[in-house]
Amino acid sequence: MDRNLFPEGVTRCGLPKFMAWCGFILLFLLWGVYASFQVFYHGIGVTGLDNYFGFGLWITFDLAVIALGAGAFFTGFLKYILKIDQLKNIINLTVIVGFLCYSGAMLILTMDIGQPGRAWFGYWHPNVHSMLTEVIFCITCYCTVLIIEFIPLILEQKQLNKIPFLHHLAHNLHVNMALFAGIGTFLSTFHQGSLGGMYGVMFGRPYAFREGFFIWPWTFFLFVLSAVGSGPVFTVLICALMEKLTGRKLVDYKVKALMGKIAGAMLCLYMFFKIIDTWAWAVGYLPSVGMTFDQMFYGTIYGKWLLWTELGLCGVLPAIMLITPSIRNKPFWLYTAAILDCAGITINRYVFTVQSIAVPVMPFDKWQTYAPNWAEWATSGMIVAYGALVISLAYRYLPVFPQEVKLNK
Amino acid sequence: MHNHIDFETRYVMCVDIDKCTGCGACMVSCQAENNIAPMEDGSNKLKTLTWMLVYELNNGKNFPDREVAYLPRPCMQCENPACVPVCPVVATAKDEEGGIVSQIYPRCIGCRYCMAACPYHARYFGWFDPKWPEGMDKTLSPMTSTRPRGVVEKCNFCHTRLMNARQRARQEGVDPLKMPEDWYQPACVESCPSGAITFGDINNPEHKVHELAHSKYAFRLLEKLGMDPQVYYISRREWVRKQADHHTAEEKH
Ligand code: SF4
Ligand code: SF4
Repeated sequence: MDRNLFPEGVTRCGLPKFMAWCGFILLFLLWGVYASFQVFYHGIGVTGLDNYFGFGLWITFDLAVIALGAGAFFTGFLKYILKIDQLKNIINLTVIVGFLCYSGAMLILTMDIGQPGRAWFGYWHPNVHSMLTEVIFCITCYCTVLIIEFIPLILEQKQLNKIPFLHHLAHNLHVNMALFAGIGTFLSTFHQGSLGGMYGVMFGRPYAFREGFFIWPWTFFLFVLSAVGSGPVFTVLICALMEKLTGRKLVDYKVKALMGKIAGAMLCLYMFFKIIDTWAWAVGYLPSVGMTFDQMFYGTIYGKWLLWTELGLCGVLPAIMLITPSIRNKPFWLYTAAILDCAGITINRYVFTVQSIAVPVMPFDKWQTYAPNWAEWATSGMIVAYGALVISLAYRYLPVFPQEVKLNK
Repeated sequence: MHNHIDFETRYVMCVDIDKCTGCGACMVSCQAENNIAPMEDGSNKLKTLTWMLVYELNNGKNFPDREVAYLPRPCMQCENPACVPVCPVVATAKDEEGGIVSQIYPRCIGCRYCMAACPYHARYFGWFDPKWPEGMDKTLSPMTSTRPRGVVEKCNFCHTRLMNARQRARQEGVDPLKMPEDWYQPACVESCPSGAITFGDINNPEHKVHELAHSKYAFRLLEKLGMDPQVYYISRREWVRKQADHHTAEEKH
C-alpha cells in the first residue's frame, strides 16, 4: 500500500507486519510516557534517586548513549574531512543513530532536572567555570547540527525529492555537509570531553577526581577517546541488528570491518592512557588524600570486578580483537568485540556516575547503594523505543543504505 | 583550583563534640527556622531534608570500653567549595561578606551536580512538593522563604538572621562588619541545650570562635581535600579527631 514511498528498487515487508512491529515498540513507548507523566506531575521523588545519589541511571544512560552516539561525529569527520570514501555507505545510519542518541539524552535530561521549565537558564545565567555549562551549550548545538545533517536524508525520500525546491535544498545541504561535519566534530569533541571533565573536577570525590592538563582534568581526554573508540562499532552493531531483523544485507561487510578497525585503533589508544591513568590514580593521587585503592570498592555491587571487567574483558580484549585483521574479518568475532567494547564504555560511565558518589568520603560515613526503580527504567526504555521507531521508519521509507539494492541482487 | 576570596568577616561555627549529647535540638530548630516541611513518609531517610544532621560516631570497641560521640553536620560553607564551581547557572556562590555559601532557589535548575560534588552530603534536593499539615502552615517562619520541589537547598547559617542583624547594626550606627557576637546566631546555636556550638566571626578577636578555632584540639573535616570548611570541631579525645579527620589526624596533632 505504502509501496510508492519506499526508496528506489528495494523490497520491504507488508504494511500489516510493519504495523505489528511498530505496535510492539509502542507498548514500551507508552509505558515510558506513563512514567514520564508521573515524573513531571509528582516530581522526581517517584524515582529511586535520593540525596546520596542525585545522579543515577538517567545520567549513566545519557553518558552511555552520548558516547555510543559518537559514531556520528567521528565517522563524519573521517568521511568529510579525511575523505575516507568507503564510509559513505554507513554515514547515513551513523547520523540517524547520533541524532537519536543526542535527542534521547536531551529528553531524559529534561526529566532529570528538578525544574524543567528553567532548562534554558544554562544559556541565560551561564557559569563559565562549570563543565556542565559547556555540556549544555554543546549538546544543544550539536543536536541542532545532527538535525541539519538528518534533514537532507529525509528530503531524499522518493516522493519528497520530486519536489524541485526540496530536491535542491537537499543537494545544497549535502554540498555543505563538510562544514557541518566540521562544526559537529568540534562541538562533539568538546562536550564528550566536558562530560568527562564534569567528573574529573569533583575534587571532593576521590573516585572521580583527576589531576589535569591545562584547565582540563585527564578524564576530559579519556572520555573523548573512549567515545571514538566505541561509537563506530555501536553503529555497526545497530546495522547488524537491522540486517538480522530484516533479513536483508544493508552494508558491505568491508565497511563494517573498517569501522571496527577505526574503533579498534582508538580503543587501543584509549586503553593505553586509561591504564596509566588508573595506575597513577591508585598509587599517586589516592594516597595523597589519605585514601587507599581498596577503600574505593565495596562488596559485589561496587566491587573491583567492575574495574577489571572494564579494563580487561571489555577493554584490552576487544581492542586487541578489533585491531587484529584475522579476527576482525570474521563477523561473529567482530560483533563480539563490538559488544564487549560498548559494554566496557557503559561500565565506565556507570562507575563514574554511581560509584563516585557511593564511596564514603567522610571517614565515619557509610557506603550507600542505589538501584534505579521502574520509573527510571521505563523512561530509559522509552528512549530506546523511540530510537527503534525512528530507525524502523527511516529504514522503511528513506534511502539510508546506498548499497542495499546492489547487495541484495 | 583554589578560589580563595579574602573577606573582612568570615563567619565560622565551632562545635565542641565532647559537649554534644546528640539530642537533636539543633536539627529540630533548623527545620522550624527554615520552614522545612515534614515529609509525609519520612521512612526513607535519604529523601528527607535535614540541613543539619547529627552523625553518631563510636570508638569501635565493645562495652565497657565503648564510647560514642555525636557530630552535628551543617553545610561547611567551605572556603574552597566543591559545589560552587560546578553549578552551571550560578545558583550557588560564595561572594558575600561573611563567607557564607549562598543558594539562590529561584535560579537553581535542579541538576544536582552540586550534590554530587559535595562530599559532606550537605546539600539536599526537594524531591516532593512541600506540604504542611493543616494549621502548621500558619506557624511558618515569616523570615525564610519556602522552596518549591525540584531545587537543591542547604544550610546557610540562617542567613536571614545575618540580614536582620546587619539591619539592626545600620539602625544603631554600628559597623555591620564588626557586630557583637550575640547579634547574629543561627537557630541551631541558639537552641543547643549543652552549649556545644559557638558561632561568630573568626576575623574578629573579640569573638570566642577566634580563639576556639585555633585551639590545639580543633580540626576540620577532610582537611586534605583542601576545601577549608568554615566549621571547626573540637574534641579532646584522640579517637574522635582521628575518625573525623583521618587524613591529617596524625600529621597535625
Ligand atoms: S559543605 Fe558541601 S555544600 Fe557546603 S559549601 Fe562545602 S561543598 Fe558546598
Ligand atoms: S542543583 Fe541547582 S545549585 Fe546545584 S548545581 Fe544544579 S543548578 Fe546549581
